[in-house]
Amino acid sequence: MGIDLGTTNSLVAYMEGDKPVVIPGVDGSNLVPSVVALDPMPADGSRPTVTVGNSARKALIETPERVIYSVKRLMGRSLEEVKNELKFFPFRLADDIEAGEVPRVQLGGLRFTPPEISAYVLRQLKRNAERFFGAPVAQAVITVPAYFNDAQRQATKDAGRMAGLDVLRLVNEPTAAALAYGLDRAKEGTIAVYDLGGGTFDISILKLRDGIFEVQSTNGDTHLGGDDIDNLLLTIALDEIYSEHGVDLRANRAAVQALRKAAIDAKLRLSAETSARFDIELPNGDRYQREIPRAVFELLIEPVLERTAGPCKQALADAGLTPEQIDEVVLVGGSTRIPAVRALVDDLFHLSARGKKPHIDLNPDEVVALGAAVQAGILAGASKTTEEMLLLDVTPLSLGIEALGGAVARIIQRNSTIPASATEFFTTGVDGQTNVAIHVVQGERELAADCRSLARFDLKGIPPMSAGLPRIEVHFLIDADGILRVSAREQRSGKEAQIEVKPTYGLTDEQVESMILDSFDHAEEDFAKRLLIEVRNEADAILAAVSRAPQNPAWKELSGEERADIAAARERLVAARESTDAAAIRQATVALDQATRHFAELMMDAAVSSAIRGKTMNEAGVELDENITAPHDFAPAEFK
Amino acid sequence: MTLKVIESAVLVPCWSCSVAHNESTLFCPHCSKIQPPASGDYFTVFGLEPRLNIDLTALEREFHRLSRKLHPDRFARATNSEKEWSLADTALLNDAYRTLKDPLRRTEYLLKLHGAEIGEEFSGKDRPKHESGPSRAPADLLEEVFDLNMQLEEMRMARKAGESDPELEKSLLEAKRKFEGLVEDVDRDLRAQWQAWDEGDAAARDAAQKNMVALLDRRRYLSNLLRDVTETLGA
Repeated sequence: MGIDLGTTNSLVAYMEGDKPVVIPGVDGSNLVPSVVALDPMPADGSRPTVTVGNSARKALIETPERVIYSVKRLMGRSLEEVKNELKFFPFRLADDIEAGEVPRVQLGGLRFTPPEISAYVLRQLKRNAERFFGAPVAQAVITVPAYFNDAQRQATKDAGRMAGLDVLRLVNEPTAAALAYGLDRAKEGTIAVYDLGGGTFDISILKLRDGIFEVQSTNGDTHLGGDDIDNLLLTIALDEIYSEHGVDLRANRAAVQALRKAAIDAKLRLSAETSARFDIELPNGDRYQREIPRAVFELLIEPVLERTAGPCKQALADAGLTPEQIDEVVLVGGSTRIPAVRALVDDLFHLSARGKKPHIDLNPDEVVALGAAVQAGILAGASKTTEEMLLLDVTPLSLGIEALGGAVARIIQRNSTIPASATEFFTTGVDGQTNVAIHVVQGERELAADCRSLARFDLKGIPPMSAGLPRIEVHFLIDADGILRVSAREQRSGKEAQIEVKPTYGLTDEQVESMILDSFDHAEEDFAKRLLIEVRNEADAILAAVSRAPQNPAWKELSGEERADIAAARERLVAARESTDAAAIRQATVALDQATRHFAELMMDAAVSSAIRGKTMNEAGVELDENITAPHDFAPAEFK
Repeated sequence: MTLKVIESAVLVPCWSCSVAHNESTLFCPHCSKIQPPASGDYFTVFGLEPRLNIDLTALEREFHRLSRKLHPDRFARATNSEKEWSLADTALLNDAYRTLKDPLRRTEYLLKLHGAEIGEEFSGKDRPKHESGPSRAPADLLEEVFDLNMQLEEMRMARKAGESDPELEKSLLEAKRKFEGLVEDVDRDLRAQWQAWDEGDAAARDAAQKNMVALLDRRRYLSNLLRDVTETLGA
């Protein structure tokens, strides 16, 4: 399966034959909000339950101290970097973190590292897929922003491992989107993927040829996205509420969350309408009302959007291309629904001037997950469609070594196709020296202090020799996930030097091991039990709905044959339910669901027309909810 | 380092089917399994003669063909050793392609295979400024470089003081264009040496090599200077 682990929402998709399809959750929704909530601590001292997605999001306003979102912003980041986030995000850091440690966030009474939080989201997606397939799922492709550095990639991989997943590959989000687009087109040409999501921005330029997707260059900002727009609106609202009503809401978590939700709603409305309105009741009973015309909104967000222009120009320059040489532009990420974003993209790539339009035919929220599923298909080698496809991606940042004086010696340039490697030779400065320390950094700046420190390597066990005599060959290799591996050998003695790799920030193998979410998910037996309970619950739900069916007026409209079909399907399900064969129960449930489909439609029609007859839509909605959420809970999931 | 003979005579047995094959073969000709990476130079990877004039279209085609066969994506379900070999082979293939497709990196790489000592600006090993390249300006450009550096310093001071100086900016832009022209000249001169190197006898080859080493030095100096101008103008 392919997973899009997003800042705001996450999705899981798989290849259905030669077509990627998103797997819906229990609530029928394709998007799982990347929100994790912790239930109150149970009195018996056991670990509290963790909920993920829409249900966790509901808790955001009532119990914000037990909910966390946008944790992707913290992945692979140091304490210093994380501190900058705190201005806008209600992350509560544990207060005893030492420099160099992976920061932990406080949730309820417990502390979690960012990869652990992401692991809960991944586990939810894994469960959704398992529920859908009726079988355990252990392997996945996970997407990351193209501009993620080594530490952020490693943190994502760690999260996968904690969730009990074998992460087959990390794929860059814009590249994944290109895969999803390129699938049914077999296109040739040069495309640019502009990906503005909840918290990250990426631009990638690819050349498509004979099924080979060769990335030419990539650029971006891992701290730029829809969140920043929300924060702008939120800040304005907070300021105005303070100046107009004298109420300082900043310390009131629940109020801030409510305001943030209103800001997001306004932002979404402004993509379709020319004006949106804030109307919020304040704790003191006053109302904060504010009209935001789209023109004002656009002026407001201009500085945020403008920050995407630089990376686009740099990516073009690195690929050695002019805007005119870009054949197509693909828009990815929810924020590309904003008309001002589309106008900016049009301008950057001279689209309308050339009679072109950006591609938006695939849902910008889903296209990355679909592409991840395509990549999973390529790795599985299972389908004819993906057999001919191959993705050649690049490393977004240059890899360098700190040289004397703190300058950076670059050994692998940014935009090198990965896997990529470089070999460097080191020697000793003092007679008899047996250790050499190497500091590896990632980034484009001249001084090591301005780049991201990746790791310090200690080459140990160098045979004692005169200074300058040892010749230590160090091989740096960036693998297909964009993660660095290092090996070293002392050439004169032929001795394999022992290397101690100390990542500057990040978890050790042992730490990751200890954070693997409850073994529950791994044991196949436990899985079978959980699955059986789930499918029986689903069966019960549809059986109950069907037993009520004859009382509904719509029942009379069914033909005798249809009623007989339903009765037969129902009996088969009743029989299947008694077995322990989860797949058979699921199959019988789906069969009954299909047999009742026409009935459900009739019921829906009847309810809607009665609703229109002299009732308000609201009442009708209540009635619709009561009467026809049936046939059963998972009807919206639409099995195909 | 001496050039490796393309058709290596060393035979090794395939790890999978034990049939002996050429050491530098990426796949066993008998059972088609991937083989542990052999240390070949970048030209060998593509089965090319070590030459400076190469067919870039054919190079790209071969890069794609080999990528399809070697890439780790093709070995997701293979044994761990095969995965490691695929990773190492693909890294070598990518490093080789990156070097050979670029005229400067290719020239520099081939000259180094032949023992030439040159800076490493274009091979991806971008040394810090103070370590890289000749710090002395080419003799024919001494005066202009001196003037340019003065102007650059003035420009930086003006920027620092928050002033704008359109006259100075214009003259810097002119200098930039001029030096860009000089870089193009170097590139053309380099290409002119390629044939002498590829086709000539030992003496012609030696002469071409000396010329190219000097041209690469000149080019490095010019591009460092241009980078300074661009940075100062863009700041």
